Amino acid sequence: MKHLLAMLGCWLGLLLVTPVVQAANTPLPPTLEPLLEALVDAKLSQAAPVLTRLEAEGGEAILPLFRTMLAGDLYYIKASKRVIAVTEMAGEETQLDLLSGAPIDRLSKREISKIRVNNSLRGQLRDAISRLQLGSVSASVREAAVRALLSDLAPGTLDAIRVARLNEGSADVREVMDMALALNRLNTATEAADRIEAIAQLEGSLEGPVRNALNRIADSDPVPQVQQAAQKALVGIEQRVEFYAFIDQLFFGLSLGSVLLLAAIGLAITFGVMGVINMAHGEMIMLGAYTTYVVQLLMPNHIDYSLWVAIPMAFIVAGLAGVLLERLVIRHLHGRPLETLLATFGVSLVLQQLVRTVFSPLNRQVASPEWMSGSWEINPVLSLTLNRLYILAFALLVFFALMLLLKKSSLGLNVRAVSQNRDMARSMGIRTGWVDAMTFGLGSGIAGIAGVALSQLTNVGPNLGQAYIIDSFMVVVFGGVGNLWGTLVAAFSLGIANKFLEPVTGAVLASILVLVFIILFIQKRPKGLFPQKGRAAE
Amino acid sequence: MNALDNARELMRPDRVWPFLVPPAPPIDVSKQVLLYVEGLSVSFDGFKALNDLNLYINDGELRCLIGANGAGKTTLMDVITGKTQCDQGSVYFGQTLNLLERSEPEIAQLGIGRKFQKPTVFEAHTVLDNLEMSLKTAKGIWQTLMARLSPGEMDRIDHVLGIIGLKAQRFRLAGALSHGQKQWLEIGMLLVAEPRLLLIDEPVAGMTAEETERTAELLTSLAGEHTVVVVEHDMEFVRSIARTVTVLHQGSVLAEGTMEQVQNNRDVIEVYLGEDA
Amino acid sequence: MNWLTQLFAAGRTPGNRVLPFVTVLFAVTALASMANLLLPETSPLHVSTYTITLLGKYLSYAMLALAVDVIWGYCGILSLGHGAFFALGGYAMGMYLMRQIGDRSVYGNPDLPDFMVFLNWDSLPWYWLGMDQFWFAMLMVLLVPGVLAFVFGWLAFRSRVTGVYLSIMTQALTYALMLAFFRNEMGFGGNNGLTDFKEILGFDLQSDATRVALFAITALLLGLIYVVSHLILKSRMGKVIVAIRDGESRTRFLGYRTDRYKVWLFVYSALIAAIAGAMYVPQVGIINPGEFSPLNSIEVVVWVAVGGRGTLYGAVIGVLLVNYAKTRFTAIMPEGWLFALGLLFVLVTLYLPKGLAGLWGQLTAGRQRKADTALPQEAHP
Repeated sequence: MKHLLAMLGCWLGLLLVTPVVQAANTPLPPTLEPLLEALVDAKLSQAAPVLTRLEAEGGEAILPLFRTMLAGDLYYIKASKRVIAVTEMAGEETQLDLLSGAPIDRLSKREISKIRVNNSLRGQLRDAISRLQLGSVSASVREAAVRALLSDLAPGTLDAIRVARLNEGSADVREVMDMALALNRLNTATEAADRIEAIAQLEGSLEGPVRNALNRIADSDPVPQVQQAAQKALVGIEQRVEFYAFIDQLFFGLSLGSVLLLAAIGLAITFGVMGVINMAHGEMIMLGAYTTYVVQLLMPNHIDYSLWVAIPMAFIVAGLAGVLLERLVIRHLHGRPLETLLATFGVSLVLQQLVRTVFSPLNRQVASPEWMSGSWEINPVLSLTLNRLYILAFALLVFFALMLLLKKSSLGLNVRAVSQNRDMARSMGIRTGWVDAMTFGLGSGIAGIAGVALSQLTNVGPNLGQAYIIDSFMVVVFGGVGNLWGTLVAAFSLGIANKFLEPVTGAVLASILVLVFIILFIQKRPKGLFPQKGRAAE
Repeated sequence: MNALDNARELMRPDRVWPFLVPPAPPIDVSKQVLLYVEGLSVSFDGFKALNDLNLYINDGELRCLIGANGAGKTTLMDVITGKTQCDQGSVYFGQTLNLLERSEPEIAQLGIGRKFQKPTVFEAHTVLDNLEMSLKTAKGIWQTLMARLSPGEMDRIDHVLGIIGLKAQRFRLAGALSHGQKQWLEIGMLLVAEPRLLLIDEPVAGMTAEETERTAELLTSLAGEHTVVVVEHDMEFVRSIARTVTVLHQGSVLAEGTMEQVQNNRDVIEVYLGEDA
Repeated sequence: MNWLTQLFAAGRTPGNRVLPFVTVLFAVTALASMANLLLPETSPLHVSTYTITLLGKYLSYAMLALAVDVIWGYCGILSLGHGAFFALGGYAMGMYLMRQIGDRSVYGNPDLPDFMVFLNWDSLPWYWLGMDQFWFAMLMVLLVPGVLAFVFGWLAFRSRVTGVYLSIMTQALTYALMLAFFRNEMGFGGNNGLTDFKEILGFDLQSDATRVALFAITALLLGLIYVVSHLILKSRMGKVIVAIRDGESRTRFLGYRTDRYKVWLFVYSALIAAIAGAMYVPQVGIINPGEFSPLNSIEVVVWVAVGGRGTLYGAVIGVLLVNYAKTRFTAIMPEGWLFALGLLFVLVTLYLPKGLAGLWGQLTAGRQRKADTALPQEAHP
């Protein structure tokens, strides 16, 4: 996991070019000052040699400056010609003196001027950054740097790679470096045998530049054998790409499934175990999501930890709302499922409007903590977004915790007793009213937790719950009422089915097809995938 | 005028043109047996409610089924009337009609009437409406939409109202009747349907001694013309009506015979009184 | 003559009050129409065309409420998707009106509605063919929702899907249709739906006379549907339908194929909803996918619940009360309406399970025979 996170950090550095602030605090060596002034004075066409010298003399220390420049955030003070970084964080502009690494008093737009970059300079900067990173202490940074260089293997870059290759300690990095060298050989070798050998070395690689080069060779190499070899290699690569695309879709399906599971699992308790139709279930999810939003408003400086507060808070808020709903409304409608449905629907309308009045009808954005953003790059064609990964794990965690609670705790025992035979349970001394309220609170609380998870995936709005209520019911019904395992299986199979249909039919049609499928399925097996059997079920 | 009368007669809403009536499948009782139940097994979640049960009901017979709770009496009725699917076995009505491949309404239209353990009458309807719906007539949608009570049907209902003693209550809602009256109404609903086979589940539960006596009288008088199968726990009642008794135990037939024979049957004594007896 | 005497006799029994209802309906319609057409605008008794249109809209809603009442109040099938049939009927009517626009549209294409020109389509999709013929469009108004209801009902009732399951499935049905109609590629105008209608059968839709005529036709149809529904429910078939509500399996044991009864009643109810939708669209002047939204369908259920299910006039009263309240509410404090509607749901189900009609019945008949008004609770699924 550590490896993964480190790799992530470096990818962020390369691709998103944000971590200026963290890096800029180290001062640059004062010897660079004349070069920096030259950079300020240079016209666009003259900047390239200056950058080359900066790279050569500055070494790794120059990285923050290059990154700032690449992002277009590099300015200089007109009066003193000192270079500064101007960045915006959370709506606030910060200005840093790059030479000293210290923040400076804010200067107005008129006192500073931007150091311009064009595309060729950007390319040069990118390569320079990668080359500089080849000397990094972290193996994963070095590996990523080589990968980034693959698309533009200039002679200087190759030399840098060759030199670095000699002292490289990590086998993984060496492998990537070999790939880069093989790719170069493929592009430049004059002997057909050399090119074929290079192709053999590149077989199975998923890197974009490698595939481009192989494609080119397969189409236009003068020697037919080389063409054939390239084509063969490409077929192999395509198969692997397809395989990973399949995994990617599967992941998205599982992710959707986990969301459905979270949304439906509370319903599986209130509907499946208690037999109460709660149309306001979606609004419990919404309450959870808004709780997350409010928690973040209350602790704006600790976004990273806010989720740990939000999860219990959402559980409590939605759970209390559920207990209230049960005590005030549902209790009086016992044994009248259709009336319960209508009354709870009314409650859902009231809750929606309440949220609209309190928070405005507009969608609210909930920030994701640092550790949940980004993605896990497994290889160039497969990367799994972290927030979805965490939510998948979280959904399973909640599911099994709930299973455990129902199976092992005394509340669980009481709940199951009441759900099977209410009168008998009451005469055994179980306070059925209390159990009902607790069960309903539990189901609603879990819906609240689902809201926390959803707030990490979509915007939070008054209609958030409505979007999930029908799907959740479908999941519970599909899985078989009263069967938590059924809910699990149904959630994931519906999620996966949806995502695999999507590329074929489009997103909207996919959800329609899934709905139609469930409608037809219920015809065939009215009691779901895993029906409860026996006389009690009649 | 005559033509008009003829036309009117032809269009009478309570009649269905003969060629529209589907031919009723003949019930073949040439072997004197009306109901064949053979090798019947039903299980719920591993629990065998019926286990290789064999039962033959003769035409015109009055048969009592007794047995402890869970012996499978109600399940047997459920299977015969099409409510429950069985795992194995066969159920034939007469020689030719396989009941297992028919739905509940089809079975009911063949002439198998059922009275439930709990009285189930339609509480939002009057007594009269309850009986009207139970009449033995065409039960298709168009026919019911156009149906009027014919004089013959009214007589029939009147007759049954007399039997069940609810003449004065004919316009009352069934929901307003007492428990015993509901029991009677349900029996009445069976009678107007003129069924060939009556399956009656605990008819005297909740009845007074006097009502019980009248029920016993009624059931005995029905036998002969109809075939009656009664499930009952009240042994006194069973003794007062039964000619043949079948004892069910754990889903199969334990003993069969007259009340006398059954009471002296070793197996029955063993099961009911324990092995010491 | 027989049916007529029966009708009058039935009018006297507490239940559906056919005669008073039809009389009041037609009298109000006639008075309002005359007050609009004959009285000058300055007269204090003049009824504005806006009011006429509003009344016409309410009456279309009343038909929709009757549709829901027939299956929910009498047969115990709670459909949360009747808006789908309403909207389908409306769309069929809308397609006809759209074709009547001809070359008076913004793009001036005589063969293609504006939104198709906008999507760069070069010809009408096949399902739009024939919709320029009034008779064909009216056939489609009935046929499309009817067939959908038949297929859905046949599938659902044959496999004995009942109670809450069925309700949620009907909701899913209308939800799926809503998603589908929001798509531009479906060829029904996507998000915006069908609007900008000019005339119907050559009559200008903006003119007072057309408005009044549409209103009167709506009233006539409502009266007709009311009487027909009453006759159906009074017949032995109606008794069987109520029996299905109170004890479906018992009804099966009487020899009735309850699934067929339910399917045909469902189709009948869907047809009423479709007619309501077809009358609604020319008066309101727009039909869009929002009509499919589950909330709309469930609002209909509230109308019926407020008025009193199981009585036909109750459904109509509910429509008028709730919609009048809605019109007033949204004018004074728009955001308050959903609060009010939500609370209405809760309060009616908790305290008025039989609606206002039931309350009325309890107040008047309570002293005589309490049992008569007893509406048994639904059987457990």
